[in-house]
Amino acid sequence: MDASNTTVMTPAVPAIIAERPIKIRARNVDVFYGDKQAIYDLSIDIPDRAVSALIGPSGCGKSTFLRTLNRMNDTIPNARVTGTVELDRENIYSRDLDPVLLRARVGMVFQKPNPFPKSIYENVAYGPRIHGLAHNKGALDEIVVSSLKRAGLFDEVKDRLASPGTGLSGGQQQRLCIARAIAVNPEVILMDEPCSALDPIATARIEELIDELKQNFCIVIVTHSMQQAARVSQLTAFFHLGHLVEMGDTDEIFTNPQDQRTQDYITGRFG
Amino acid sequence: MAATYLLCTAGLAVLSFFLAASRARALATTGAALHSRPSYHGLFLASLVLTAAFAIFALGWPLTGWLAEKYALSVLPAHVTTDPVGRDTALRDIGEIVQRREVAGANSEIIGAAAAYARITWLGRVITLIAGLAAAAALLLNGWNRISSYFPARNYFERWVEYLVFACAAVAVLTTVGIVFSVVFETLRFFQLVSPVDFLFGLEWNPQTALRADQGEFGGSFGIVPLITGTLLITTIAILVAGPIGLTAAIFMSEYASSRTRAFVKPMLEILAGIPTVVLGFFAALTVAPFIRNIGTAVGLSVASESALAAGLVMGVMIIPFVSSLSDDVMNAVPQSLRDGSYAMGSTRSETIKKVVLPAALPGIVSAFMLAISRAIGETMIVVMAAGLAANLTFNPLAAVTTFTVQIKTILVGDQEFDSAKTLSAFALGFVLFFLTLALNVLALRIVRRYRERYD
Amino acid sequence: MTDLIDGRRASDYSSTAAKRRLVKRYRAEARFRAYGVLGLILTAAFLAVLFIDILGKGLPAFWQHSLMLRTPLVPAEIDPLGAHDPKQIASADFGKIVKDVLASQFPYVKSRAERKLLNSLLSSGAADALRDRVIANPALIGTTVATPALLSADADLFFKGRLTKVEAEPAKSAATLNIQPQERYEILSPDGAFAASLAEIKRHLGARVALLRAEVQGLLAQRPEIASRLAQARDGGNSAEALRLENSLQSIDLKSAELQTRMQNLEIRASSSSASEKLDATLPSILAAANGGLIKAEEISADRLIGPALVPPRSAASLAPGDWSIVTYQTPQSFRRIADQQIAWLEHLKGQGLIDRHFNTRFFTSGDSREPELAGIRGALVGSLLTLLVTIVLCLPVGVAAAIYLEEFAPKNRLTEIIEVNINNLAAVPSIVFGLLGLALFLNTFGLPRSAALVGGLVLALLVLPTIIIAGRASLRAVPPSIKDAALAVGASHQQAVFHHVLPLAMPGIMTGTIIGMAHALGETAPLLMIGMVAFIVDVPSGITDSATVLPVQIYLWSDLPEIAFEAKTAAAIIVLLAVLFVMNGTAIVLRRRFERRW
Repeated sequence: MDASNTTVMTPAVPAIIAERPIKIRARNVDVFYGDKQAIYDLSIDIPDRAVSALIGPSGCGKSTFLRTLNRMNDTIPNARVTGTVELDRENIYSRDLDPVLLRARVGMVFQKPNPFPKSIYENVAYGPRIHGLAHNKGALDEIVVSSLKRAGLFDEVKDRLASPGTGLSGGQQQRLCIARAIAVNPEVILMDEPCSALDPIATARIEELIDELKQNFCIVIVTHSMQQAARVSQLTAFFHLGHLVEMGDTDEIFTNPQDQRTQDYITGRFG
Repeated sequence: MAATYLLCTAGLAVLSFFLAASRARALATTGAALHSRPSYHGLFLASLVLTAAFAIFALGWPLTGWLAEKYALSVLPAHVTTDPVGRDTALRDIGEIVQRREVAGANSEIIGAAAAYARITWLGRVITLIAGLAAAAALLLNGWNRISSYFPARNYFERWVEYLVFACAAVAVLTTVGIVFSVVFETLRFFQLVSPVDFLFGLEWNPQTALRADQGEFGGSFGIVPLITGTLLITTIAILVAGPIGLTAAIFMSEYASSRTRAFVKPMLEILAGIPTVVLGFFAALTVAPFIRNIGTAVGLSVASESALAAGLVMGVMIIPFVSSLSDDVMNAVPQSLRDGSYAMGSTRSETIKKVVLPAALPGIVSAFMLAISRAIGETMIVVMAAGLAANLTFNPLAAVTTFTVQIKTILVGDQEFDSAKTLSAFALGFVLFFLTLALNVLALRIVRRYRERYD
Repeated sequence: MTDLIDGRRASDYSSTAAKRRLVKRYRAEARFRAYGVLGLILTAAFLAVLFIDILGKGLPAFWQHSLMLRTPLVPAEIDPLGAHDPKQIASADFGKIVKDVLASQFPYVKSRAERKLLNSLLSSGAADALRDRVIANPALIGTTVATPALLSADADLFFKGRLTKVEAEPAKSAATLNIQPQERYEILSPDGAFAASLAEIKRHLGARVALLRAEVQGLLAQRPEIASRLAQARDGGNSAEALRLENSLQSIDLKSAELQTRMQNLEIRASSSSASEKLDATLPSILAAANGGLIKAEEISADRLIGPALVPPRSAASLAPGDWSIVTYQTPQSFRRIADQQIAWLEHLKGQGLIDRHFNTRFFTSGDSREPELAGIRGALVGSLLTLLVTIVLCLPVGVAAAIYLEEFAPKNRLTEIIEVNINNLAAVPSIVFGLLGLALFLNTFGLPRSAALVGGLVLALLVLPTIIIAGRASLRAVPPSIKDAALAVGASHQQAVFHHVLPLAMPGIMTGTIIGMAHALGETAPLLMIGMVAFIVDVPSGITDSATVLPVQIYLWSDLPEIAFEAKTAAAIIVLLAVLFVMNGTAIVLRRRFERRW
């Protein structure tokens, strides 16, 4: 399949975008790693208080795009982003925007659970502490407890907040990472294949959690599993070879894909 | 005085931290959203104060010393200050008197000059202190006024930290620059006294210079050929010991040894690598050299008591760990697939090693040898203690020879006459030594790097 | 063998030729493997010999011998004013008091020369312990105290058996003791009690003959070559050279003739087995212990011994078998640093139970000294400590910061590459070159004090900086990037992520590298020689600008001294140095094992 002459299908505005405010608006985004281009001229709108799933075969640029949304690509040498990405209509790549403050607004959960090798409490408290969100110990305790509760982890760990976060099971670790992201009170949570390292039961719990979190957050999830995308997301975007091939309401994409490649992918012809 | 300065400015820095942080905290309680946390406001201001104070110190202190020296010399009568030797003696005496040490035979002129020196030093340091404190205070006031909720103190402080860590990394480069300058300048001065041709190709090394002016300009001979042959002789012996032992040990470790054997052998080689060379020198001089001498006498050979053989043998043992650990590394880097290919054809292990692993690892092994040679050339204590001082032009391992490092040590330890050809010659030797080892290292590292790239 | 069967080449691997080939190949295999084992065994053997040699030489130096004498503390000598003023007490001549007590043990020692010889058994610091004790407790004045008085290094070495072997053989036959003119004593043993000793002396003479013969042969062996060169020089008309060679031929002839005469004389003495022998200082000393006295043989034959008394006998009563003995000091007097007379006194004191062997605490509590028995490593230890303190204070922060810069902040550009290459090369610059840097830059340009721990620390800091940077970078790199990502994702700045998360996790690795670097610095000698840390310094340094020396330099200085007692001191200092290094490296290994993380 020739990638260079693909065009983005522009169907009618997806229903979910029409009914929710737009949180993130990306326009004409290109991402380069050195000489290699990873994302080609990508434009997308992501709604607030909903789950948007980015799907596509390996190496299609979905994780790269996710990382442009909180400027994590800045940490990779030679990475270059052009175009505009707006968060609440503010260009996050503008010169006066501090990426550090951006990342406080756009949290991220990674593929492999990566708790700090510190206590559970410290894992969650770290973010609020560096951002000065709590002025005393009591307030900090409260943030930690509420974040753990919202991540559905509190009941399991309330007796051992001082024990190391790395001692938890994989699913618990991932929920700890979600709690850590929630603790700084972000507006957006990016999830980069959050369940790929987990067993089905832990995956189910995370998916439940994502469903709850969408009440308050704009969630963007990258996933390999189409079933997962179908289960948790309201908006789905299909990426292929650095191009956004198609996006739309999740039900729509999975039942009635417009593009042949999308169809091939969701029916399992390649992946 | 220096302590006072540092304490005062450090105190100011701590003060500025607390002032700035509390002001930022006060801003935060009014409800303004701060760009940076209060502690960053504090850290930024403290870093500014410290930088300014340090800069003024680094400027003021040496300047004061220089001025004080000038002034003290101007107080002394001209006949003292025009004679370079007298000038150095006078300055040394002044230094001693200023530090309240007894100086035998100090006359009233020197004591007067010392008083002048002390006065200027005191004055200069007080001025530096005041300037440092004033600058710090000014910065504090200015910074305090600039604190606002938008002020990106964290970014500024982090920029400062970045400069700081860069400066630390630059120390390594400055060290090299320092080394090059300290040997190059003195070497150039040496070449004004002795021609480079005589130095590089002369067959006699005898750096004795005239003790008095009437004994002629200088009477030493500065040909480094005997030193080159001596260094080469000892290094050759060392490599003849370390090469086979180190290489076979490395082969055994990387190709044959079980992990249990490795767990025993590796620490052994680490222990050997960790033994200070002064200990090996002691062993070479007091145990190995007499042993070789006794054997020599028993078979009717005349062996010098400080034979090249004794120093070379012990030095060889010293560099075994270099050869073996580097060779071990490069052989481990040879991909298993190459070995598998050889085994699959029915080769034995030793055939695989000889025909496949060693040829593949050869560049790395060569560079390991080069690094070991460079280490042997630059080694000092073993040869100082076990090799001789006489620069004999010989390749007889039973004779006494001398090396670059021995001569540098001998010339520079103890009383030196400043600016004599003898003293300067040590720096010229250091120059040769530095660039010789540098060339070996650069070459070896380049070979290793190219080799690594091949298999990475 | 190469016929094609079904399209495949048939090889016969079961033929005898093939089997023989295989056997040969396996033998080569075993040989090859044995080379590796041999290399390691040689290395291990070297290490073992090194450690055994140093332990053997050094361990005795951790013990010392003192004389336990009951010393009366006469108020008039120590504190005439009775004010118990420490200054007054300190100025008293305790040395004389101790010497007097020693002399009182030997009332027969009268002449000045003998008194001097006796006093030389005591260290010049023999009275130190007594003085300290009295100053600490002036109430002792007027009483008699038993305080150890340190023996001199030679006396100490004698008790450690380093100077001569002493053999005492009880005589099995009766003898008579006669007093002869000129204070000579004669022991007559009709049964030939001295025959064995006489034979021993003859053997010695025989050995000396053999040595002389070898020397003569060596001289004569040079003759033909010189003679041929002489012939050449004469043919070539080089008269100056010919004259020189002629002279050397002549001197060889003269020398060998003289040696031959001596050899022949000795040979006659050695071969006439029954003739009496005059003993000189180049032969082992034969003595007879009888009636509480000790008679040194000037001349012996199988049945007669005559000579002066080193310890006068109580009486001239005749000697029953087993009541007296023949004593031999194996090493001839002129080859040892202690006289027969002194040995006699020391043996006497030992017989009285007055010699005390004790742990040499002084070795750890005092500074350097010209007297081996007083010399200690405290000054060097403190100097090493101060130097390392300066080193670590400078190079740990700078090294860690440089590692952080290169791993985390450095842009990929030419400057960074230069810095990296530079650090790698700096790690291999000979240490003595750093000494040149210290001398030219810190001493001559900046005018920092010579011999000071400050400059030593500076130089060593530059020396170990590359080690720490390289170790620091390796451990920073070992921290997985996911940790940094996690911190960045919650809005930590790059620096916060590094300093809050990456650096703490890299710290064990950095500390391991630092300890290894410090161990390297602790053993370093050459650069410190350059900046003048080789001075003879008695005082323990009290600050980083005081003149100081460090342990390895102390080892180097002592190893250069001719006294044998210092050889033991050197080895003892080496033991201390190695012990410290083992502890440091052990700590590093424990640290590495304990905090090593598997990600």
